[in-house]
Amino acid sequence: MELYEMTAYEAATALQKKEVTSLDLTESVLKRISEVEDIIKGFITVFDNEKVLLQAQNIDKLLAEGKEMSPLAGIPMALKDNMCTRGVPTTCASKILKEYRPPYDAHVAEKLQEAGTILVGKANMDEFAMGSSTENSSFYHTRNPWDISRVPGGSSGGSASLVAADEIFFSLGSDTGGSVRQPASLCGVVGLKPTYGLISRYGLIAFASSLDQIGPLTKDVRDCALVLDIIAGNDPRDSTSVPREKEKYAGYLGREVRGFKIGLPREYFEEGIEEPVRKVVMEAMAHCGQLGVEVEEVSMPNTLYALPCYYLVATAEASSNLARYDGIQYGFRAPEEDNLIALYRKTRNQGFGPEVKRRIMLGTYALSSGYYDAYYLKALKVRTLIRQDFERVFQDYDLIVTPTSPTTAFVRGEKINNPLTMYLSDIFTITANLAGVPAISIPCGLAGGLPVGLQVIGRPFDEGRMLQFCFTLEKLLGFKGLKPSIPAKGVLRDAS
Amino acid sequence: MPPEYEVVIGLETHVELLTESKIFCSCPNRFGEAPNTNVCPVCLGLPGSLPVFNKNALELALRAALALNCTISSYSKFDRKNYFYPDLPKAYQISQYDKPLARDGYLDLVKDGRLVRTVRIERLHLEEDAGKLLHSSEEARSYVDYNRCGVPLVEIVTAPDLRSPEEAHLFLELLRKVLLYTGVSDCKMEEGSLRCDANISLRLAGSDTLGRKVEIKNMNSFKAVQRGLEYEVNRQEEILKAGGQVAMETRRWNEERGITVEMRGKEEEHDYRYFPEPDLPPIVLNEDFIGEIRSKLPELPVQRCFRLIEEYGLSPYQAEIITSSKNLADYFEETLEHYPQPQKVTNWLIGDVLGLLNSMGKEINQVTFTPVHLSGLLKLLDTGTLSGRLAKEVLEESFLTGKHPEEVVQEKGLAQISDEQKLLPVIDDVLKENSNAVSDYARGNKKTIGFLVGQVMQRTRGQANPQLVTELLKKQLDRVEYG
Repeated sequence: MELYEMTAYEAATALQKKEVTSLDLTESVLKRISEVEDIIKGFITVFDNEKVLLQAQNIDKLLAEGKEMSPLAGIPMALKDNMCTRGVPTTCASKILKEYRPPYDAHVAEKLQEAGTILVGKANMDEFAMGSSTENSSFYHTRNPWDISRVPGGSSGGSASLVAADEIFFSLGSDTGGSVRQPASLCGVVGLKPTYGLISRYGLIAFASSLDQIGPLTKDVRDCALVLDIIAGNDPRDSTSVPREKEKYAGYLGREVRGFKIGLPREYFEEGIEEPVRKVVMEAMAHCGQLGVEVEEVSMPNTLYALPCYYLVATAEASSNLARYDGIQYGFRAPEEDNLIALYRKTRNQGFGPEVKRRIMLGTYALSSGYYDAYYLKALKVRTLIRQDFERVFQDYDLIVTPTSPTTAFVRGEKINNPLTMYLSDIFTITANLAGVPAISIPCGLAGGLPVGLQVIGRPFDEGRMLQFCFTLEKLLGFKGLKPSIPAKGVLRDAS
Repeated sequence: MPPEYEVVIGLETHVELLTESKIFCSCPNRFGEAPNTNVCPVCLGLPGSLPVFNKNALELALRAALALNCTISSYSKFDRKNYFYPDLPKAYQISQYDKPLARDGYLDLVKDGRLVRTVRIERLHLEEDAGKLLHSSEEARSYVDYNRCGVPLVEIVTAPDLRSPEEAHLFLELLRKVLLYTGVSDCKMEEGSLRCDANISLRLAGSDTLGRKVEIKNMNSFKAVQRGLEYEVNRQEEILKAGGQVAMETRRWNEERGITVEMRGKEEEHDYRYFPEPDLPPIVLNEDFIGEIRSKLPELPVQRCFRLIEEYGLSPYQAEIITSSKNLADYFEETLEHYPQPQKVTNWLIGDVLGLLNSMGKEINQVTFTPVHLSGLLKLLDTGTLSGRLAKEVLEESFLTGKHPEEVVQEKGLAQISDEQKLLPVIDDVLKENSNAVSDYARGNKKTIGFLVGQVMQRTRGQANPQLVTELLKKQLDRVEYG
């Protein structure tokens, strides 16, 4: 077994037992990257190998000196390219930020650095996190390691595919409407969107501020808890970050789940879902009986309105968040000397891709005078109703389980020209963002040789018990150990 | 008979708050730094940065709101005002739209101790300032200085209650005084820490509907506000008298030419697409907190002015000058604690003390001449140690050196000579040397005594007690006359 095949926890354990060094682990993933990255294309930037290895050596030195470090010290990882890294390109996969190097580190980047993890590179994504297939990257498409003709999902498609392809032990993504969970589902990895406010957004380049949340993408549930332990916690630089006592999520793993009550919302199993996906999820849930977990059907009637609600709230905020890319202070500027308005127009027209423009226009329209009440304000009201749906179910149930995505990974090009079909890909994930509740996707089986994700949604700040349940279920599912087989470089031409 | 028009004016004032740091980041709130040196990712609006609300800005805004008799909203929130301009790095300004911090206040316009008008304050809200564009005429290009980005502002909007350009001027003066008293702002129009736009319309006298209004911008002093409005009154009156209609538009005051010029018409107005700022929680205030801020408010200028008139018998004119700044009024009342004679203190403060301050270009709190010094000086006058003229000399010296008046008197030997034994020899000398004057006096020209007193004063370098000298001289002269 190659070192890169290990989970972060396995690698960290080996490191602590001094069976391997951080240098070994880092060399291993760099080797893996050199083998498969040309096919997967999950990175936008891979840092200079020498520097990365030097970092690993430095951690080895500190560990050898007996310095107290986090459980994941010395473990190589990647960040989605919408998280600021000081002096290092942070592009949001957009032409408009292609040359942009932030002068500061995102909160999560700081936390991971303090923890001694090794940042290897920045992951590909849909431009400004808008999309469900990573086909909206301005640079190139990322491929799904399970079938390179298929998309890895999005928008954190790079982060998910890198973990699935063993190019990295774990990564961070961001989730505005499913952008961590849906690619996790399509790539067969674990992806968590925490409660809104659990992780600081400071340094996360905003798409829709009231929905955005950073989350880990990992090889299994334990790794997810370990990463969450590092990045969760209050940050005074983010006013929406919630001040509360820091929990130890890894401490929940292995605890008894008997007596948990789970609701299966009818609305998530009816329309739009592919039958094989539904079947795999239901089979996974069949294990609950032996765990002593009660499962009942529930109803969340406002789910129906989630998609339109989401596309009004998210685009409205995006239209404002992305207004700053105007060619004045930083980033791409179209050549235009004479006229300010023309400078704005040309810069934004040439700098943004079609999906970003579509959403900016949609959001601008929704906020315009005369339409605000009918669209934006109404969407806010629907958002409240959706939140109430969750509150009601959570009065009686500990967790909600749904499929993560209505389909398995789809073929590249299949949906890119039909935005509405593409938007439906997030239909089961956006409600958690609208309600601000935590949700996790774990792989629960294969359908047609492709991974299927099972989504577990919890009460606000109940990540601990969600992980507790997922950790137990994961053991019974038998997905663990399944790995995609990535074709050799030679086949690339035929496949693409 | 030609129609009579009534002028209707409302003001929108932007006031920079005197906080240590900016409203949403920890950059210092300072004026006059080299361009783009007082900035950080947050006030530059860099991707990924987030605002954190400065509680000190809230406190100052609340002080202003309470001083303007506003109702404080227990729930208010920030909104984004979206528009593109190079001095606005996020392309939106964090402001407050439909739920401002405070509403429904008023400011009493008082002049010469008389209430001229009560001007309603419609709203007061918090927002961040934008940067500044610097235009280079030589290069035909513009530069942006982001230093001012994120400086905390309150916008204060009046109802259309002002009825003349003079009233607008008076309103701004009084508003400035209130904000200075409460420590909300330094209100320096020349540094842009107080800025004012005006809405003005005319209507037929007696009408209660509003006319078509024009907004005027770029008036950079109180005087400019009055002049701009005066120009606009005339311009609109001419249009209306000629049977025309005033265009709803924004006009810019041109200081050099003394006119307003069209900036943009109504149809070019922005749709700011306001929506709630998702990066900041709403501002929720309870009564206790508001009460705490209220309890820390000082007595406001108008109230204090009336109280000084009532309590100390000052004239409205005197009271207005004394209350022109909180420091001066504090100084006045503190002096009275040591020396409870309001008229004397007032006369010295308004006369010599303010005169010296003006010539030094300083404020009363910037000199070492304290109320203890002033009361000490006045006591020296009362005891006859100093004459009025000497007192002025001592005042100046004490002002410059910070020494107590008594110390100055001792050091310089400036004390008034009231000792007969010291004065008599001088008087004898003067009488001997001015026999002509003495005989004039004897012949009944009593006025000559003034000349002789002057001679004594000269010989004592002004230190002789003039009353005593006069008395002694009379005694001597009468003795000559009858003896």
